[in-house]
Amino acid sequence: MNRTYEVMFIVRPDMAEEDLDKLISTLETAVSGTGGTVKSVEKMGKRRLAYTVGRFHDGVYVLLTVEGGGGLIHELERRLRVTEPVIKFLTVRIDEEQKRLDKIKKIREARKKPAPAPAATPEGGETAAVTV
Amino acid sequence: MAEETKAPSAPAESSSSPAPSESHGHGHRPGPRGPRPGGGPGGGGGREGGRKYFRRKKVCKFCVEKIESINYKDVRLLAQFVAESGKIVPRRLTGVCTPHQRRLSSAIKQARNIALLPFAGRAN
Repeated sequence: MNRTYEVMFIVRPDMAEEDLDKLISTLETAVSGTGGTVKSVEKMGKRRLAYTVGRFHDGVYVLLTVEGGGGLIHELERRLRVTEPVIKFLTVRIDEEQKRLDKIKKIREARKKPAPAPAATPEGGETAAVTV
Repeated sequence: MAEETKAPSAPAESSSSPAPSESHGHGHRPGPRGPRPGGGPGGGGGREGGRKYFRRKKVCKFCVEKIESINYKDVRLLAQFVAESGKIVPRRLTGVCTPHQRRLSSAIKQARNIALLPFAGRAN
């Protein structure tokens, strides 16, 4: 059961850069320890929060894309909850959305390509239907 | 005078009478059934009140610009559909179609949870 998740979390702004790197690497080892893979890590940098969280107005956003089952997310979220400098996190499952987007993309490309090719007839029929 | 006032009302009655007579079997149904064919081609609610003003047809931004992914990270896009108070702007005001509004509202709610958008009030 392999699923793709996006874990976005915010760490407090006064955290040192190397501490953040250390935190990310511990999370990565936790992911691989529970049978998942880290697909990408993106530090989105410091951002102003839309509302105060605790007593912070700013936060450093980190986006983690992982692949694995639900148990992995359970463990990852537990760790984030325990880790003190993390002030907020959000996990979103993205594989189904990605699948949907790929499908749409495929349909669009298929529709684009056959226009000059022999498959022009269905398109002609479509336009005719629209004009009627 | 009395004849004159009668004259305009008579054709209106005669034109509306066929519809109820047709659907007499349905009892009181003719009401909703009658206006529908007339209301459809008429287009826009402007005619009913007798006011004739041009109302621009609202279109779904996501359908027109073919934006497929409505992501919670895309704050700039989502912010267009959030009122200054932080509320999600209703479909009837923005013209977004139902499937896209559904995705939009869930994306906005996700963005709120991770402090990218405010729950209430202005960001910052």
